[in-house]
Amino acid sequence: MTIGAPTLEVEVLVIGLFVLMIEAFFERIDKRTLAFTAIIGLGAVLAASFFLAPAPTEVASTGFWSFYTADPLAIFFKRFALVTTILVLVMMIDYAPIVRESIHGTTHQSGLGEFFALPIFTCVGLMWMASAIDFVMIFVSLELVTMSFYVLVSFTRRNPATLEAGVKYLILSALSTGFLVYGITWIFGVTGETNLARVAAALANPAIEAGPALFGMVLVLVALGFKIAAVPFQMWVPDVYQGAPTPVTAFLSVGSKAAGFVVLLRVLQPFFMLPQMERLLTMIALLTLIYGNLAALPQSNLKRLLAYSSIAHAGYLLIGVVSLSGEAVSFYLVAYLLMTLLSFAVLIVVAKQTGENIEDFNGLAKRSPFLALAMLIAMASLAGVPFTAGFLGKFFIFDAAIRHHQSALVVVGVITVACGFYYYLKVVRAMYWEDAASNSTVPLSGLSRMTMAAMIAGIIFLGVYPQPVLNALKAVTRKPSGDRIAEPLINRD
Amino acid sequence: MILLFIVFCPIVAALAILIGAPARLTALWAAGITLAATALAYLGFEAGQRGFQFVTSFPISGEWRINFTLGVDGLSLMMLVLTAVVTFAAIWFTGEIARNEHAFYACLLFIAAGAIGAFASLDLFFFYAFHELALIPTFLLIGIWGSGNRQAAAWKITIYLATGSFVLLLGLIMLYRSVPEAARSFDFRALQKAASLIPADAQNNIFLVLLIGFGILVSLVPFHTWAPEAYASAPAPAAMLHAGVLKKFGLYGLLRLALPLLPEGAQHWSTLLIVLLLGNIIYVGLVTIAQKRLDWMLGYSSVMHMGYIFLGIASGTLVGTNGAAVLIFAHGISIALLFGLAGEIRQRTGTLLLTDLGGLGKVMPRAALAFGLAAFASIGLPGFANFTGEVMVLFGTFRNGANPEHFTIYQTATVLALWGVVISAVYMLRAYRRVFMGAVRESWSGVTDLRRSLQVPIGILVAISLWFGFFPQSFVRIVSPTFKSYFTPK
Repeated sequence: MTIGAPTLEVEVLVIGLFVLMIEAFFERIDKRTLAFTAIIGLGAVLAASFFLAPAPTEVASTGFWSFYTADPLAIFFKRFALVTTILVLVMMIDYAPIVRESIHGTTHQSGLGEFFALPIFTCVGLMWMASAIDFVMIFVSLELVTMSFYVLVSFTRRNPATLEAGVKYLILSALSTGFLVYGITWIFGVTGETNLARVAAALANPAIEAGPALFGMVLVLVALGFKIAAVPFQMWVPDVYQGAPTPVTAFLSVGSKAAGFVVLLRVLQPFFMLPQMERLLTMIALLTLIYGNLAALPQSNLKRLLAYSSIAHAGYLLIGVVSLSGEAVSFYLVAYLLMTLLSFAVLIVVAKQTGENIEDFNGLAKRSPFLALAMLIAMASLAGVPFTAGFLGKFFIFDAAIRHHQSALVVVGVITVACGFYYYLKVVRAMYWEDAASNSTVPLSGLSRMTMAAMIAGIIFLGVYPQPVLNALKAVTRKPSGDRIAEPLINRD
Repeated sequence: MILLFIVFCPIVAALAILIGAPARLTALWAAGITLAATALAYLGFEAGQRGFQFVTSFPISGEWRINFTLGVDGLSLMMLVLTAVVTFAAIWFTGEIARNEHAFYACLLFIAAGAIGAFASLDLFFFYAFHELALIPTFLLIGIWGSGNRQAAAWKITIYLATGSFVLLLGLIMLYRSVPEAARSFDFRALQKAASLIPADAQNNIFLVLLIGFGILVSLVPFHTWAPEAYASAPAPAAMLHAGVLKKFGLYGLLRLALPLLPEGAQHWSTLLIVLLLGNIIYVGLVTIAQKRLDWMLGYSSVMHMGYIFLGIASGTLVGTNGAAVLIFAHGISIALLFGLAGEIRQRTGTLLLTDLGGLGKVMPRAALAFGLAAFASIGLPGFANFTGEVMVLFGTFRNGANPEHFTIYQTATVLALWGVVISAVYMLRAYRRVFMGAVRESWSGVTDLRRSLQVPIGILVAISLWFGFFPQSFVRIVSPTFKSYFTPK
């Protein structure tokens, strides 16, 4: 049995509506049932994504397939979005008590239903985004993601920090949307097209003025820079990450960033023949690497530290983008998903008992050896220790950069990796060197324990045997070339 | 298959200890079994053969041509022997661990596993990755169980080594990329065949990157400042393993990769390398003399002796290169013994300040004897393997382009390096006199001697050093087939 690719989004949307319906009509049930329903539903969709009918390979000139593609890259990132959402929902179940404290409703579980339902809609947006090959479509799906994040970020609204985060995110996000639309209008004005492939074809025409199109592209880049947290559009990241409910932070840092990078890979394609573009991106990558890593050094709040680390990782991912290696970027994102979500998962569980500061992790190795081990592996992988997925991610990125002779990026990248070792090992130090204030173990539900164990296994497995992901990406390389002008993004040699 | 066993024995033991097996017993058995298996490999090794033996291979990534390949030639075999012996000694030397004994032994075994894996791998990727496996255990060992300014030392070594490793990673990727696509591989054997395809200017760049990367890991001047501090703070077994074995990874890498694959790069940068290594020998040597604490002195002395090994690598002659291999081995044995004994002394006296110690020879005769032997070995007294190594290195270097009319940099370097022997005699003998000779201080009169059981590891280390000191040919016979191919004209 096979199904068409767009069905996946429809299915997820239906699951989301279904969850909302249950929430509306069955007030008395345990709201966590909703989360379990959603997890099972998304799991089923994930399974279904392996039975897809082959999609049209040529970009159609009109109709549905002119703005939607089901190429392997899209399918890969649809699965990525589904896995992220499932893991985030698991974290949300752990986080539910804190949401309950922050919202004083009529029943003891008011508000939880929406908290579990909104990520599903975000997931739909992310999945559409992975398939979008038309500027209008990119804009709409991006907005769907952003809208649901507006609500999610400020969900625990009694907390002033959360409220501040919500307002910051709302204003800056709206601003970046403005840049995106303005950029799209410039590109449309020059080429008369919104479809990426046809924009590329139009730009190849020497009669067309590249300058205004480039200006439009720079505006689009500003908007995407906001999504992926690239310097100088990163100001919102630390405050929003710290203030938002932790599972939402995790979702923002993985889902939103990954989608941003897919779109970046796609929209840059028509523009990469322009050397100015490459120089600009190199500059952004350098700044992001340096800022993210240096600013992470003095952090004492783990959530804030992870926020800066997410900026730093955006820098490494940008090295991959500048080096035109979609494969390296995709692998890095998979590694990033596993290690970031694992560290957030541990953070949520530990923060419930003690707090979010690094000192609150003191002596965790004695209190809860399993959680400490999970955090150790997440941190080792984020720092880039071999035999973890994070190392191979950096390996592929540096390999791509060396292949493209990006020596400045490589040198700065290597130096900043050393910074990374410092701030990630700070957490390890707290867990293993310091003595705990109390000796009580941290309670951990069976589901969370299982999820964490699965993520640990994933990190180590991919660190030793990356072939499964590389194979899935190889399907990506068999992308129909169409009328590409620029060097194909997913190339290998 | 025997290599697979040797590599995984410590890892399995470490995991077992983490799960809850009795720590010291398991670790000691695992180290003993590893040593026995290595001895079997040593006996089964056919010396004089070129190429790798005991090869086992498992595919990991087809398109990147990464395989998990194990195999040894003479050079890596002797490195394995060194690792197994020092690991065994280090674990035996470990005394009472007050805090979290299980984690301590697991960390030690992980360091050993990292070193063994790196030396036994024939694949560039695993060669690198195994070495990195030791990074976090080292951080934890120094940070948790260290002494003195342990936190600063732990950060310093970790950040230095992480930087060095990633510079090295760049060099390795550059190396991989510099070979034409058809011949591209992570396999040492395939790389060796493709070496002649690497263009000269690429060789120069790659060699420099590798030299910096490996240089940081081996504490080449000016990247050496992490070593004395880390070794002074580290618990004795960790210092034994790191200074004795793990640090040798960088030297092994230069001998294994840089010399055969990038001969022109090696030639091009030899002057720079000689200048830097003279910094190790002369400058660090003088700094060593000025040390006021035994552990810092030993740390600096280990940095200084790296200079001789680098000299052998830079010598450009077969004799010198063989000498470098002998010296790697010999230094690993002697420094491990010195650090182990220094740890025992610190445990009893609580200080290693040279002015506080004195007369310990009267209360610790066994320790005094063992320390004396190790110090003599370290200075390079004839009869110990260190002497053989240094003599070969110095002869080899002197012979490079020897011309009675005038001295080249090689001859000059030899003369200066000879002074280093005097320097090391000065600091070692002075330290020995201050620690063991003279009247016993009141406060040390109750100090007990070494446990009797420590005679086993001490005996093994001293015997091996003496054996290869008196019969250097038995060592050279094994390693020189590896190096012969470097110097035969192609």
